[in-house]
Amino acid sequence: MITGKPRHLEKTYDVTVVGGGPAGMAAALGAREAGAEKILIIDREETAGGILWQCIHNGFGLHHFKEELTGPEYAQRYLEQVLEHEIDVITDTYVADMDAGRHVKIMSGSQGIHVLDSKSVVLAMGARERTRGAIRIPGTRPAGVLTAGLAQKFVNMAGYLPGKRVVILGSGDIGLIMARRLVLEGVEVLGVFEIMPHVNGLNRNVVQCLHDFDIPLHLSTTVAEIHGRDRVEKVTVAPVDEALRPIMDKAWDIPCDTLLLSIGLIPENELSQRINLRLDPVTTGPVVTSTMETSADGVFACGNVVHIHDLVDFVSQESDLAGQCAGEYVTGRRRPADNIRLVPGDNVAYCVPHTISSDREHTIYLRVRRNEGKCAIKFGDAYQRKLRYVFPAEMVTVTMRPRFLENFHGDSLRVDVVPR
Amino acid sequence: MAPDDDPHADHLTHYLCIGCPLGCRLEVEEDDHGDVLEVRGFDCKKGKEYGRQEHTEPKRMVTTTVAVRGGLHARVPVKTREAVPKPLVREVCRALGTVELTAPVAIGTLVMGDVLGTGVDIIVTRDMPEGAPTRAAQRG
Ligand SMILES: Cc1cc2nc3c(=O)[nH]c(=O)nc-3n(C[C@H](O)[C@H](O)[C@H](O)COP(=O)(O)OP(=O)(O)OC[C@H]3O[C@@H](n4cnc5c(N)ncnc54)[C@H](O)[C@@H]3O)c2cc1C
Ligand code: SF4
Repeated sequence: MITGKPRHLEKTYDVTVVGGGPAGMAAALGAREAGAEKILIIDREETAGGILWQCIHNGFGLHHFKEELTGPEYAQRYLEQVLEHEIDVITDTYVADMDAGRHVKIMSGSQGIHVLDSKSVVLAMGARERTRGAIRIPGTRPAGVLTAGLAQKFVNMAGYLPGKRVVILGSGDIGLIMARRLVLEGVEVLGVFEIMPHVNGLNRNVVQCLHDFDIPLHLSTTVAEIHGRDRVEKVTVAPVDEALRPIMDKAWDIPCDTLLLSIGLIPENELSQRINLRLDPVTTGPVVTSTMETSADGVFACGNVVHIHDLVDFVSQESDLAGQCAGEYVTGRRRPADNIRLVPGDNVAYCVPHTISSDREHTIYLRVRRNEGKCAIKFGDAYQRKLRYVFPAEMVTVTMRPRFLENFHGDSLRVDVVPR
Repeated sequence: MAPDDDPHADHLTHYLCIGCPLGCRLEVEEDDHGDVLEVRGFDCKKGKEYGRQEHTEPKRMVTTTVAVRGGLHARVPVKTREAVPKPLVREVCRALGTVELTAPVAIGTLVMGDVLGTGVDIIVTRDMPEGAPTRAAQRG
């Protein structure tokens, strides 16, 4: 039986992992595999596992475990391995601060404030949801406006429902999944509204979460105003013009008591800012090398804190690498330094890692800005790969091999996604 | 041709393929006995297979939660071990509405065997150790 009971806490660690989600757990295991001895995972929740405990639907692990698991099953498989490998896990504990010397200040109700020394640190704090403030919906400020992920936690873990008549703004997967979840719990879901002309979530979720339950989906439509004094009483929804401005003479009102927002995630980077890490303005996460090392010596980062992933399998893959490299760092081993910078070009929002080395194989993750049909991803003149399609909502992964770069002698490589 | 003029219109059903983000619009044509004559609109064979399956025997995995007494949280997640016929999804959830487990509960615990005569079992998808949920666990 998994428990969140802390083991005895040491004063110094080889590798301290901040955040015990899938990223943190995979990193800790990677560090163990690379030979690090004293490894600690710190999480502010009551059990390590991160966001996965509340994602009770299936669709996790197809790449990594070659079977389709639910979020909790995926989390538990990892947590069991973490405990088997005698990695210390402390929960209900918040990492409040850190300095560039890797002194980590932790805080908990039961243990008070401690400062730990660590030879290396892996940042795996995940992401938080964008809230109403991020999109400035006009209107009053009643109770009943909350993010879809928070509602998910209420329903799936705490066992209470956010309301009786719900409108969902944003067609990301979390919003779609919550639409179905609420209907199955007897809540009336009045519609999903998406400001863009296309759905943000997977087709599978459109079919299995909306079509299956006859929940209306309104594209190019947004919530223009929230009404209600103490509690949400209704929302005004309106189609939008090309500049995404609501067309108010076509607006209509929907009486409801709850508005759920599913409008995206942002990496949780307060700690990264405390130690002045270099951040990527597009991802808002740390800039990382091909060993997932940040701009601070011995500080690594992985998972949603670096860039938002749509599949947990890739989180695990990336984080295993980060942990391996943190483990190598503390045992005095270094991979050859990176010599090529990746520069996002046409229709490429960002690439992670930000730099690579020409003599190792790398997995490069990138996100495009626009939909495109048949296209090719080009790494300068060095290498190109054909793709059948690209979508902003689906991360592209490319394997870069040393032989692709044999005849490349520059120090920066432009990455473009172009139609063919 | 507008759907109204199409002599086969009542033999046609449309589906959105979920196989990949391309989201091909599938059209399934059936004969007078309700057997599938043809699947059209797919861009790869995954879509063809999906259209046939979705038309003849749509199935869904059901994931939901049941109440747990004395656990770290008030609800514990469960799933159908295999997919069940799509029309039964709501009923499966309703059948689980009255179930209450007592912590500790281990992952894989059988919650309900052969749900609604489908031959499919419902199992728990995480360990739920004992603990006091921080907030009231009442629904509604
Ligand atoms: C609602 C939802 C649905 C999803 N559905 C799918 C799906 O169907 N399939 C799929 O493959 N992926 C899905 N994902 C994506 C996947 O779950 C995430 O990519 C993955 O959980 C990210 O892992 P992480 O470890 O980076 O972050 P998280 O899981 O968020 O973990 C971060 C952890 O760090 C802790 N933490 C943060 N800051 C501190 C601090 N200062 N001190 C201590 N602890 C801290 C947090 O409490 C948390 O436990 C979904 C994500 C969400 C949000
Ligand atoms: S038919 Fe093939 S290409 Fe089209 S959506 Fe389905 S899986 Fe994708």
